[in-house]
Amino acid sequence: MTDDTNVNPIGALSDPMPSAPPRSQWVAVWEQFKTHKGALLGGIIFLIILLAVTIGPWVWPYDPTYIDIRARNQGPSFAHPLGTDQLGRDTLARMMAGGQVSVAVGITAMLLALVLGSFIGVLAGFFKRLDGPLMRLTDLFLALPLLPLLLVMVLLFRDPLNAAFGPETGIFILIVCAIGVTSWMPTARIVRGDVLALKEREFVLAARSIGTKNTKMITRHILPNVLSPIMVSATLGIANAIITESALSFLGLGFPPDFPTWGRLLFDATDYLQQYPERVFWPGLAISLTVLSVNYLGDGLRDALDPRIRGR
Amino acid sequence: MLTFTVRRLVLAVPTLLFISLVIFLLLELAPGDPMAQVPLTVPPEVKEKMREALGLGQPMHVRFLKWLVQFFWVEPQVLFDHIFGTGFAEGKLRVLSWQTRSPVMDIVVQRIPQTLWVVGLSYVIGVLIALPIGIYSAYRQYSIFDQVGTFISMIGFSVPTFFTGVLLIVIFSVNLGWFPSIYDTTHKVTDWDSFVFQMRQLAMPVFVLALYNAAQISRFMRASMLDNLNQDYVRTARAKGLGERAVVLVHVLRNSMIPVVTVIALGAPQVFAGAIITEQVFKVNGLGHLLIGAIEANDLPTVQTLTFIFALLIVLFNIIADVLYGILDPRIRYD
Repeated sequence: MTDDTNVNPIGALSDPMPSAPPRSQWVAVWEQFKTHKGALLGGIIFLIILLAVTIGPWVWPYDPTYIDIRARNQGPSFAHPLGTDQLGRDTLARMMAGGQVSVAVGITAMLLALVLGSFIGVLAGFFKRLDGPLMRLTDLFLALPLLPLLLVMVLLFRDPLNAAFGPETGIFILIVCAIGVTSWMPTARIVRGDVLALKEREFVLAARSIGTKNTKMITRHILPNVLSPIMVSATLGIANAIITESALSFLGLGFPPDFPTWGRLLFDATDYLQQYPERVFWPGLAISLTVLSVNYLGDGLRDALDPRIRGR
Repeated sequence: MLTFTVRRLVLAVPTLLFISLVIFLLLELAPGDPMAQVPLTVPPEVKEKMREALGLGQPMHVRFLKWLVQFFWVEPQVLFDHIFGTGFAEGKLRVLSWQTRSPVMDIVVQRIPQTLWVVGLSYVIGVLIALPIGIYSAYRQYSIFDQVGTFISMIGFSVPTFFTGVLLIVIFSVNLGWFPSIYDTTHKVTDWDSFVFQMRQLAMPVFVLALYNAAQISRFMRASMLDNLNQDYVRTARAKGLGERAVVLVHVLRNSMIPVVTVIALGAPQVFAGAIITEQVFKVNGLGHLLIGAIEANDLPTVQTLTFIFALLIVLFNIIADVLYGILDPRIRYD
């Protein structure tokens, strides 16, 4: 400001008024997300799968557990588009019921892992004293052999939980907790890194200077800013949880036999591999398609939420 | 660098002790009783003796210490005796399997070759496929090759191995009859024909695992190459007149390999644990198969030892990855 003659001190006030409200961040994110064709397609397919497994059983006339022994081992027909299994149960109905469980396990386990991971990540990043111990804990968990431990956990806690909550709720709680407890580490690491960087920013200093309490600081200033990495880990977490649940069911250590999930259906179908190979195909395709669409969704979300890529 | 390596190795000891304690405590909580299969007509005092024979009579911490001594002190001695023909471990109690009443490590040693054949070969093949695909995809970003390669790696990454394995069995064993669906562990390679048979039975499990590994590594390779291709030193190298081959395959590749090498090292132990499913699908009589069998039979010493071996591998390869990172990247100084 050396040359006073060229500067109009009230110039800013005579600028034209903005005609529209500023574009929200989420509009920009959506604009970027739309350009990623794979992610858009993945999102649509995932929504269709979600709708099919939630609404499908209400619409479809057959019950997944209804046994019609005279109609067993049928091929595709008008009444049973995907055929029937060795007890005459409708495969389409079982696929939808199984999908409901698989997707529910995936989403619940992801939420648990996300809450645990964000909680530990924010604590470790925000409070210097907790950083060392919590990160050592994360390293320890990362060094555990996860699949063997999951198998052991299912073996050990299946019977007590079955006795306490009934066979279906018990195994659901067990599998969700087991997957959640063993998959929060990547989220915690990413969130901690972001929180460490955010803590040095001016707006945190400003908030601190007007006396913001720690809890308010985290909920009001830190958490909204680490939302994007959390959302990306959420999509990857769903994919991971669905695959893990199917793997457990496939190894025979998941849900009980008469309780369909995609992994369980695939496992049961391998016994009839020689005679009815198509039975393996449908649950496998459902798992793969869900995971593929969720992974694409996550890829697109990561690009859309990254401000360095957005707008290019 | 040496002090860093030594420090990491020393720090690994408490980590491993903690992990072994976690596994032990988890198994301690097991409601499954190894005596459950014993008939009801057996009198209780005999049952008590059987329980003591399995080593279950003592308190928890004594048994944990015993396991530690057996695993870290007696088993290395057995290995030493085996190699040099000495007699240090004679008469000492080893970790015994409840299923077979034979030392767990003997069974593990019997099973390792099968796992190494299938898992090791598939990992090597996966890496060899992934690296060129990743390099070329990044170099021709958004080309047809890149689009197809990214899509295939996304599929390989998303489709679980228990589905690809079963699908391959349906197509190549049931319909075409080209490959056997069950891996014959007793098969010995003696001449050309038996070698061809060995290759045929290896083909499907190795392909399944190699696809999965290649998908992950090629994604990393591509991302790492893309990071480096836009750097200033690449422009400098081109500006001073270096050939395209020298720029990409010497300057960019060497810098991009740094994170990829660590990812490959970190992935190696995960492959052992992840191969449990593939071994189950193709009935490969390896370590994963042993673990599943032991879990189903409530054979706690075997489960404990195997899980700990997997943890040991993970910790070991973590250290290898960190040390490699320090050696390869002169910007990183741990000391």
